[in-house]
Amino acid sequence: MASAPSKLYADDVSLVVVLLDTNPFFWSSSSLSFSQFLSHVLAFFNAILTLNQLNQVVVIATGYNSCDYIFDSASDLNRSFENGRMPVMSSSLLQKLEEFLIKDEQLSKEEPEGRIKSSLFLGSLSMALCYIQRVFRSGALHPHPRILCLQGSPDGPEQYVAIMNAIFSAQRSEVPIDSCYIGAQNSAFLQQASYITGGVHHKPQNLDGLFQYLMTIFATDLHSRSFIHLPKPVGVDFRASCFCHKNTIDMGYVCSVCLSIFCKHHKKCSTCGSVFGQAQSEAASASDKKRKTPET
Amino acid sequence: MHLLNLILQTSSFGVFTSSRLFFPLRLPATFSFALQIFPSRSTISFSHYNIHKTMASGLVTKRAKYKTTIKDPGTPGHLRMTLEKILFMPHNPKSAGKLDVEFRYIKGQKHTKEGSNKPPWLNLTNNQNGSFIFEFENYSDLQDCRDFVGKVLAKSGEVSEKPTVAYPDEQLSAAEMELRIKLLQEDSELQKLHKQFVLSGVLTEAEFWATRKKLLDREASKKMKQRLGFKSAMVSDIKPSTDGRTNKVTFNLTPEIILQIFAEKPAVHRAFLSYVPNKMSERNFWTKYFRAEYLHSTKNSIAAAAEAAEDEELAVFLKQDDILASEARKKIRRVDPTLDMEADEGDDYTHLPDHGIFRDGNKEMTESQNELYKRTLSQDINRHAAVVLEGRAVDAEFEDTKAVAEALAQSKRESSNKGESDGDTSRERLDRLSRMTEIEDLQGSNNLPLAPLCIKDPRDYFDSQQANALRTSGDALGGTEQIKCSLSILEVYSSLRESISSIKAMGWKEPIVKPEAAHQVFDALTNSISNTKHNIGKNPQESVLDRLPRKTKEELLHIWTSILELLKHFWASYPITTSYLYAKVNRLKDAMSNIYPQLEEIKGSVPSEFRHQVSLLVRPMHQALDAAIQHYEASMQKRSTQSGEKPNGYV
Repeated sequence: MASAPSKLYADDVSLVVVLLDTNPFFWSSSSLSFSQFLSHVLAFFNAILTLNQLNQVVVIATGYNSCDYIFDSASDLNRSFENGRMPVMSSSLLQKLEEFLIKDEQLSKEEPEGRIKSSLFLGSLSMALCYIQRVFRSGALHPHPRILCLQGSPDGPEQYVAIMNAIFSAQRSEVPIDSCYIGAQNSAFLQQASYITGGVHHKPQNLDGLFQYLMTIFATDLHSRSFIHLPKPVGVDFRASCFCHKNTIDMGYVCSVCLSIFCKHHKKCSTCGSVFGQAQSEAASASDKKRKTPET
Repeated sequence: MHLLNLILQTSSFGVFTSSRLFFPLRLPATFSFALQIFPSRSTISFSHYNIHKTMASGLVTKRAKYKTTIKDPGTPGHLRMTLEKILFMPHNPKSAGKLDVEFRYIKGQKHTKEGSNKPPWLNLTNNQNGSFIFEFENYSDLQDCRDFVGKVLAKSGEVSEKPTVAYPDEQLSAAEMELRIKLLQEDSELQKLHKQFVLSGVLTEAEFWATRKKLLDREASKKMKQRLGFKSAMVSDIKPSTDGRTNKVTFNLTPEIILQIFAEKPAVHRAFLSYVPNKMSERNFWTKYFRAEYLHSTKNSIAAAAEAAEDEELAVFLKQDDILASEARKKIRRVDPTLDMEADEGDDYTHLPDHGIFRDGNKEMTESQNELYKRTLSQDINRHAAVVLEGRAVDAEFEDTKAVAEALAQSKRESSNKGESDGDTSRERLDRLSRMTEIEDLQGSNNLPLAPLCIKDPRDYFDSQQANALRTSGDALGGTEQIKCSLSILEVYSSLRESISSIKAMGWKEPIVKPEAAHQVFDALTNSISNTKHNIGKNPQESVLDRLPRKTKEELLHIWTSILELLKHFWASYPITTSYLYAKVNRLKDAMSNIYPQLEEIKGSVPSEFRHQVSLLVRPMHQALDAAIQHYEASMQKRSTQSGEKPNGYV
């Protein structure tokens, strides 16, 4: 897909919208502690801002119950949080983050049931896309935005449909989505997002050097990507989740009208309402059988 | 004396029927015409005429001598060529030169040139490199035979592409066969598949095409004929041919032109129907018609009036076309007043000369006798344009004028009948008029029954399913680690906030990243980047296939499409209910087993740097074939255990 890498960027100004994963359940059981993570990440933000005078960083926190903007480097409200020990911007970010966490906690309803739940990645992705649309329509000269996802929580299959829609709209607006996954398993959503939109996906092996990963790979602006080689994943996990139970499946039934995926045979498509014909035999059934083999 | 300067017009070459009418034109002072009608199917050159004749009949018979070698004086006799074979009968029944060869064995032909001093010889070579030499009496005979042989050889070349196996249970029409052949010729991939499977007997024709019905239908619909309209060039510009010596002018009329004349000038049509063949012959009719045209073209209305007075039939052609006038009036009456409020009787001018506008500002219409015979160019052009836009009312090709005239009359009658069953249409018109004259603002509100909006509950996607997902998600991601989180919400959030406060208090960790760790990361990254660049290529979307050598790529793709084809038929034949399916499945399984060695061959032929990629590509093919063969074997076992048969060789 001819997207970010092939588009001609006149200069190397970047506007990075960062989606920061603040899912407390994940962080409480991660090998990397949240404070270490924050120090890597905050240094990274500062580095981006020093690369070019016009660079801009916007941070959206992906919480467990809600998402919110917590930092915008272009705004003037950063002056009020003075703290001698770190740059001003970082301290304001931390302050906002704390407030966000308090709000998020208040929204929690029930006790967790066991597995680590996924964060509301979908919500923050949508907020990022809305922000970017606003930038597009602002009319003034703006750098071409990209989205950087720092995710650790596992994928929530129930968010599959909406995330795919968001990814396609990002593809349509030619906004590359970079993703750095610091969790334990693989995230199919992030891989697909980066693949489709022309961004770069990486899963760091060594989390102590997270800052180095961020600087080497994710600090590259879009113009430089035409001549700086970035690591590519060997394959992309294209598994989908079924629309009825939100399970991840690799073989299922596809409605030939609206292309929704189901894990077992249904009489009627729940998305578009079209009625499926009778299955004639086991082998030759009226609705297609599709096999998706992961290429990894 | 001045002769009209005219261009010869020829009909097209032998395929369309043409009837030629020839008019000899003398000097303008004495007007007389002569008509000459040629039979249809006349063509320009004699030899081509022969071809059409022979191809139509499929037979050529010539006197010739048959020589076995060049030196041989030759046995005189008759050479007879049909579409199937060549037969030579010597005049002398006792001589040994009899020859009976089928065209299938004839490979090619050679002949002596016409301009050279050599006698006219035709040399036919056959498959076994023997040759048959025939000496003809003259070169035109040689020419005929040569053309005939050429045509037959060309035809036989096409025949070999037709599918060689015809199944008695499949009734194929010739059109179907043609479609299939056309499809095969257009799509080389399809042709390869067809050759590979059908001609080797793995699949039958019927099965092969059964899955491609859509392709065939599309081809068939492409052949729908479009109706040709009339030509835009004006027919009244038919230029006749002049013959300077005899002072004759010759007009060629094809039924096409006649149709157009009748369509444009309904009065002429009516005159034809009434006069011919009762009052005058067709030839006379056209003579008078062209006489009238000539008079019009001279714009000499006095002479026209004079002649019209003499000859009443001529007068018909010279007068204004009253049928046109009445039609125009009818059309004006039928104009929908809601469309054009201003159309009225005064718009009825197209049949008047000069559109009713008089050059000298004279507003009165003085209908002198001479006025009747005037016709202006604008009238002609407008009428022609109107007819072309209306389109062709009659579609077939005709042999002669009478048929044309009648067909046109028939179609006119039909359309007028349709127009007359107008009781309903006029009521419709009144309805529509009454609706259009309503002013909407003054109406009351129109409460149409609204259908309630029915949106599929979007929460199906999001919220309500989450409960399901949570319940079932325990076993959803099989095989992945499930890290249990046993802390409560409170604990979790508080630990997070603690981290934040700690970092606020202490500032960033110094150093943010240890140099060794950074160095290690950097190394690993650069290594992996250079490796993947080497293995995969710069563009993640670039396909591995593109980097293989072209031949390998094509072979792989071809094997893949053939695997797909086989698998399609294989899986479609289960469950096996008839013995036909059983045999078919066996055939398919054999074909599938033959693909394995092909794949191995490809893997072996590829240079070593691509071998890994190729084996990755080949893996899903293997998997698909393996699955199919496994299924086959399982079902075979089931069958044999069910029927209690002992496998071969088992005592």
